[in-house]
Amino acid sequence: MPRREATPAPAEQAAAAPELDVDLSRVHELVGEIDPHGNLIALLQRTQEHYGYLPEPVVDEIARLSGVPASRIYGIITFYAQFTTVPTGRHKCFVCHGTACHVAGATRITEALEQELAVGDGETRADLEFTLGSVACMGACSQAPVMRIDDDTYGNLSADETRKIAHKLLEQVAAEQGGGSDA
Amino acid sequence: MPEASTAPEGVKVEVSAGAEGRRRVSVCAGTACVFAGSMKIHDEFVARIAEAGLQDQVEVSIIGCHGLCSQGPLAVVSDGDTYYPRLKLKDVKTVVEEHLAGGDVVEKLLYVDPSTGERIACSHDIPFYKAQHRIALRDVGVINPESLDEYLARGGYEAARKALTTMTPEQLVQEVLDSGLRGRGGAGFPTGMKWKFAAASPGDTKYIICNGDEGDPGAFMDASIMDGDPHAVLEGMLIGSYAIGAHDGYIYVRAEYPLAVKRLRLAIAAAEERGLLGDDALGSGWSFHLKIKEGAGAFVCGEETALIASIEGKRGMPRTRPPFPAVSGLWGKPTNINNVETWANVPWIVANGATVYAAFGGDACKGTKAFSLAGKIVNGGLVEVPMGSTLRHVIFDVGGGIKGGKAFKAVQLGGPSGGCVPASLLDTPVDYESLAATGAIMGSGGMVVADDSTCMVDLAKFFLQFTQNESCGKCVPCRLGTKRMLEILTRITEGNGEEGDIERLESMALIIKKTSLCGLGQTAPNPVLTTIRYFREEYRQHIDEHRCPALSCEALIAYVVDADACTGCTLCAKKCPVDAATGTKKAPHVIDQALCIRCDACRAACKFDAVKVVSGPEEIAAAVRAQHT
Repeated sequence: MPRREATPAPAEQAAAAPELDVDLSRVHELVGEIDPHGNLIALLQRTQEHYGYLPEPVVDEIARLSGVPASRIYGIITFYAQFTTVPTGRHKCFVCHGTACHVAGATRITEALEQELAVGDGETRADLEFTLGSVACMGACSQAPVMRIDDDTYGNLSADETRKIAHKLLEQVAAEQGGGSDA
Repeated sequence: MPEASTAPEGVKVEVSAGAEGRRRVSVCAGTACVFAGSMKIHDEFVARIAEAGLQDQVEVSIIGCHGLCSQGPLAVVSDGDTYYPRLKLKDVKTVVEEHLAGGDVVEKLLYVDPSTGERIACSHDIPFYKAQHRIALRDVGVINPESLDEYLARGGYEAARKALTTMTPEQLVQEVLDSGLRGRGGAGFPTGMKWKFAAASPGDTKYIICNGDEGDPGAFMDASIMDGDPHAVLEGMLIGSYAIGAHDGYIYVRAEYPLAVKRLRLAIAAAEERGLLGDDALGSGWSFHLKIKEGAGAFVCGEETALIASIEGKRGMPRTRPPFPAVSGLWGKPTNINNVETWANVPWIVANGATVYAAFGGDACKGTKAFSLAGKIVNGGLVEVPMGSTLRHVIFDVGGGIKGGKAFKAVQLGGPSGGCVPASLLDTPVDYESLAATGAIMGSGGMVVADDSTCMVDLAKFFLQFTQNESCGKCVPCRLGTKRMLEILTRITEGNGEEGDIERLESMALIIKKTSLCGLGQTAPNPVLTTIRYFREEYRQHIDEHRCPALSCEALIAYVVDADACTGCTLCAKKCPVDAATGTKKAPHVIDQALCIRCDACRAACKFDAVKVVSGPEEIAAAVRAQHT
């Protein structure tokens, strides 16, 4: 989905994480299990499931092991919306921007999250706490506008309600950091 | 309410009952209900029933989308198919104690018919359900989608048995031709014809594919079938594989539908284990193997040649046709692709006969069509009506009309490839040709209803933004043309529209339609063309008067306080996230236009209707002045 330009609290885009010491053993296993020539998309899906994203050394290793040129692999990665080459946040917030959600004010839901969580749409906050994104349609049109934060789903939202949910999430994150329980 | 035909006998939804005569609580686990919290309701039922010691008499089950999504989360109790909508956690205890233990229907929790104010106990008596005829959705919301036994108990795989053991492939193709079934993915090509071509193609290796890449925002019929009645798709494909002569099939499912993937996987494993799929399916000697391919997030993969490329592990870019997939498709072999709903219709047609199916619908289009109803409508959800029913029937008789008693403005059909149909065309029959004549399309079946608060220019921009973003970039008209059109639409909604913009949009739209490579580009201008055709005045107001009559385009509106209505309750000031709304207690508040971000929080919060939205430079200036006097 398109990214809005005016982000009220511009957040720093998460920089590419240090990738020098990526453990490549899982890549070796997966390339053995899934044929990179006939089933490249499934291979990348399983790889991303494991690493959370597709780091450059991982892509290079797939290319080296399979003989599929890295340029072709990147062709797939950049074509399909599901793939990402940058790490995503610990909490993933997705706002539905399907037709029903759009006419029910999804833009305001995204704006509320941008402000409260200090992260732009389609971006990950520099501290890797939050990723905010848009989804074309979640199929829950009768509960519009809807969003998903990690495994929790929310329907019939208002901007105000969204801010409250965001505040709770922020409190939870602060408590985890304050408690020092989260490494 | 005009209907194209009356229903043949014997197609009513049967009353659902639990196994071995046990009573059953069916909790809807369709996507919308899950968003509304139905899984918590499910768990609460399990806990409360155990607490009441009823677990041996009452089972709790999940069902696929029950249809009336706007009433979710909902549950149906098997005795009398008692329908409990909009359940809250505390209501579960009441239902368990009074209904399941006590035997009394809980009157206060029943559905209220908004038109009569009466409470209705049985789900089949609710107008929304009564006005439908379900064929593709016959078992969706009735059976537990994770149970093969429940599918079998309703006659599942009997059609496949009949096809594989008593019919020849030629007879099957003829049966589907006679039924008049046409592609439910939106293009409407006769399914039997497609089968005939693929069957006649020379070669030993052939493939069939189910297109489950339902990408239109606002459409969820195929998802509901895949996660609500997965075996219907499997059985349809098994029949098709035999008719066409394909031993391998693929179901391509959109990445955003993890539940459908899960349920289809379970269904394939269960069917293989029982010998319904795989080698020697149903003991007929016919072998058919089915695999699932998960999409990775690309709208264009709904186009058949792009979908084939994606299954092959490539970028999902379409190619020119011919050769059509029936001649050269997946890995260069003859391939037949049908959409989810089309496949789901096949077992019913084989079981009941082409004549019974063709009795539904009008002259041009036979059978029924599933739609997802959403937007500003009372009964949002999943519906299925005979072809040839009017839009008015679907929106008002089934859909219950417009929310909040507002006026109907338009219905958007067919998503980003479709168009907006105005009130004057509400009597258009729902069939491929009649809808195409309005400039919209049948499409896969998304219907989003707009009232007067929906801006048509903004809606056109929304869809173009979508197609522009999803354009694969292979052909120039789609890649660059939609971008230029989007720029023009954006400046119109921002109040910077220029004289001649409407005409520019029209001429570009026609060029893009004529010269794009695939269906995505050829249909992308439809939302713009139809909104210009039926709502030209609204475009003019944006361009000439810098006014958005729907009070929707943020750059053209202002939030102001009506000093006469404001009681100074301070709620707007508390809710305003940017401190634009200010004032002292018990005195009229004001909204600072320089700070206001038009988030609507103040208007939504105000209990006295004192926050007004105005559009047009003069109106805004006057209203802002009035705030301060």
